[in-house]
Amino acid sequence: MANEVVDHGRRRFLTATTAVVGGIGIVSAAVPFIKSWEPSARAKAAGAPVTQSLAKIEAGQMLTVSWRSLPVFVLNRTKAQLATLPQVDSRLVDPKSDGASADQQPKYAQNEARSIKPEWLVVIGICTHLGCVPDFVPEIKPEPFDPEWKGGFYCPCHKSRYDLAGRVYAGVPAPKNLPVPPYHFIDDSTIQIGVDPKEAG
Amino acid sequence: MANVFTNIGDWVNERAPGMMPMYRAHMTEYYAPKNFNLWYYFGSLALLVLVNQIVTGIFLTMNYNPSAAGAFASVEYIMRDVEWGWLIRYMHSTGASLFFVVVFLHMFRGIMYGSYKKPRELVWLLGMLIFLVLMAEAFMGYVLPWGNMSFWGAKVIISLFGTIPYIGGDLVEWIMGDFLPADATLNRFFALHVIALPIVLLLLVVLHIAALHEVGSNNPDGVEIKKGPKGNRWDALKPTDGIPFHPYYTVKDLVGVGFFLLIAAFIIFFAPTFGGWFLEHDNFIPANNLATPSHIKPVWYFTPFYAIVRMIPSFLGSAVWGVIAMFGSIGVLFAMPWLDRGKVKSIRYRGTGFKVALGLFVLSFFMLGAVGAGITAEVIPVWFGDIDVTFWENLFGRVMTAIYFGFFAFLWAYTYFGWEKTKPVPERVTTHD
Amino acid sequence: MTKRQLLMKRYIFPVALAFSLIVGSVSVHASEEGGLPHAGTNVQDQASLQRGAKLFFNYCVGCHSLKYMRYERIASDLGLTEQDVMQNLNFTGAKFGETVVSHMPEESAAKWFGKAPPDLSLEVRAKGADWVYAYLNSFYLDPSRPVGWNNTVFPNASMPFPLWELQGLQTAEMKPAKAGEDPAVEKLVLSQPGKLTPVQFQQATRDLTAFLEYASEPAALQRHHYGIWVLLFLAFFTFLAAMLKKEYWKDVH
Repeated sequence: MANEVVDHGRRRFLTATTAVVGGIGIVSAAVPFIKSWEPSARAKAAGAPVTQSLAKIEAGQMLTVSWRSLPVFVLNRTKAQLATLPQVDSRLVDPKSDGASADQQPKYAQNEARSIKPEWLVVIGICTHLGCVPDFVPEIKPEPFDPEWKGGFYCPCHKSRYDLAGRVYAGVPAPKNLPVPPYHFIDDSTIQIGVDPKEAG
Repeated sequence: MANVFTNIGDWVNERAPGMMPMYRAHMTEYYAPKNFNLWYYFGSLALLVLVNQIVTGIFLTMNYNPSAAGAFASVEYIMRDVEWGWLIRYMHSTGASLFFVVVFLHMFRGIMYGSYKKPRELVWLLGMLIFLVLMAEAFMGYVLPWGNMSFWGAKVIISLFGTIPYIGGDLVEWIMGDFLPADATLNRFFALHVIALPIVLLLLVVLHIAALHEVGSNNPDGVEIKKGPKGNRWDALKPTDGIPFHPYYTVKDLVGVGFFLLIAAFIIFFAPTFGGWFLEHDNFIPANNLATPSHIKPVWYFTPFYAIVRMIPSFLGSAVWGVIAMFGSIGVLFAMPWLDRGKVKSIRYRGTGFKVALGLFVLSFFMLGAVGAGITAEVIPVWFGDIDVTFWENLFGRVMTAIYFGFFAFLWAYTYFGWEKTKPVPERVTTHD
Repeated sequence: MTKRQLLMKRYIFPVALAFSLIVGSVSVHASEEGGLPHAGTNVQDQASLQRGAKLFFNYCVGCHSLKYMRYERIASDLGLTEQDVMQNLNFTGAKFGETVVSHMPEESAAKWFGKAPPDLSLEVRAKGADWVYAYLNSFYLDPSRPVGWNNTVFPNASMPFPLWELQGLQTAEMKPAKAGEDPAVEKLVLSQPGKLTPVQFQQATRDLTAFLEYASEPAALQRHHYGIWVLLFLAFFTFLAAMLKKEYWKDVH
């Protein structure tokens, strides 16, 4: 019997090394399978940026555009509508969008009007409570759900209310302002939803 | 930290006390002969490929569309749009072909060393069942991409069942669920390929290994280690010539796995179609029931059996004889334990006649494969000029078919009438690696 | 037998088997093309792919789609910017992430040409690069055909030849007619030169074929790259496993 003495140290070392290298191999092999769950090129193409002409949207009118299967409200705000925004500040949860709603818009929409150009509001029309699509209620007149209604969005599901900049009122179930998607102006009368101004430039 | 694992281990052990003995019985205290050679790698490799097919298959199913309208496009979607989809697809298609390479070599080992003989007949029968199910699984898998070869291969193979007298026509329609391979056929093949047959396959593999462990493994010398001396350096009661499967054969099989993966990786990354043998050119054209490919041939692993079908002519107005011969060519393998009446297991100690016959059998298998793949039809005019290709191909193929079946007839007669002159079988295993 | 000889003997069989399988497959592949000129395409040559893409979108996309290829993929694989692709290659008005679909209406095409122009996404994978290359080089004027053109590689094809400006006009010199047999083409001659010399045209069709070969399997660009690392890793792992095995098998005599 040639080799009776077992070098346990060497065995442990070789076993450990092989196990570690084998483990690296298995983890590396798992990576493509896990990554295969990422959105495919087809899904990404379907989620591609959407170009929308603003020419036909008259003052006071709103158009709903589909982007990534989400409803995006594109609203042409009148001067009167813009004037209501500072008036309701005190009734809102986060009028400056820098508190609870700090993550709901890109930096360029973190202002009173929550937009690049004051007259054009671009928000995703999904209530931040449980995901219903709010109604557009632009008329500045008392409403059953708010005697001092200054125009905005009203969600029929659980009665959350937003102003004409998509900012959420205090005392409603929804916690955050309506999200603003990335968008930019290709020219004065065309926007592209899905791309920030920095990326486009 | 190690304490946690020990505690969990104890907790489980208290409630399922049979698990540790099972682990010992099948791994650390399963004593396998110590003289396993190269031919003994293919069992564990088959298991590895099975796991690969299941895992890659599951991920393919996540993006595959099993409808006649969408299947082909969904495969291209996987190849192009799904992140790493191309790799998963190639792992699956390469695995399918390598499965048969491994299984053929695994079966050949059994024939060489007499592993089908008593007391291992059950292991052999279960293995043959696995082989049959594997062929069905592979056939249906190949239909799923719904390429032109998928369609026409399905049509031809299913029509073979149409040769059965009386019920043939209805049977074919029943299999297809339509008047030609169509959406209905594809849908049911999908269900069978993805769920039904894999479950059957897993069950059969478990039984196959269990049956083996009941009687213990054979070895290249065909010597029963359980009948030899007892006592080795691990256990005083176990066979002297046995070694614990774990760690010795687990660690050895790991090397086999490494080599195998090297070959598989080379194919997957550098030659995934393998010259058109693993992924056929005609299958990159969508299924078209109006345009038959110029050369219909099954995938390479079916070619010998396909050749046998073609070589048997029609008699008495029926073509069913070829189909019977084809199934017979596999059925005759089931009968090996009873055809071979010899007492000596391993080719190392068998008569010269057996060695010659086995060599001819292997040759016939390859040559029949060449016939089935259309190679002979291509090569005859090139080598022999302007001669009647069909006549000579048929002649060649029929001779090879005769040799194929002749092996079994010869083996029976050779051993039944005692013509075989064996060499003396050693008492202990010889450690030739 | 020495240990070295034993080791050699053990490993030589699988290595030889693998090697012969590969060599066999390569030779079968070569013989499969059966007499077609060697296309000599190289999908790793990005410049060639770019030239081929330009040719495809200028001369082919009018009738032929590449319905499994996205513009965005072509851009990233060929090293082109979105602007390059959308301005110089995209004549179908599709979005950047969308697929290349020809505007030729299928029904009308089938009426005009007798057969709808097939999608070419997998043409090279189905027929082989050599076939496609030969096909592009083998058109000749044939007034007897409805489209005015014929092709020696694909006789009686329903396709008119869009590259005649580049190649020039090829005509067929026929073999002496045999009774009861169809006239056969002896060889093709360039009756009128085109914008490119014959060598330049062969390069152009080589580029176009390379682009179609890429389109048949975009993953080919990546798999070579990953393959090398995988093989190196597996070789290392196998070496480690072999050392581990040897160590444990010292116990076995």
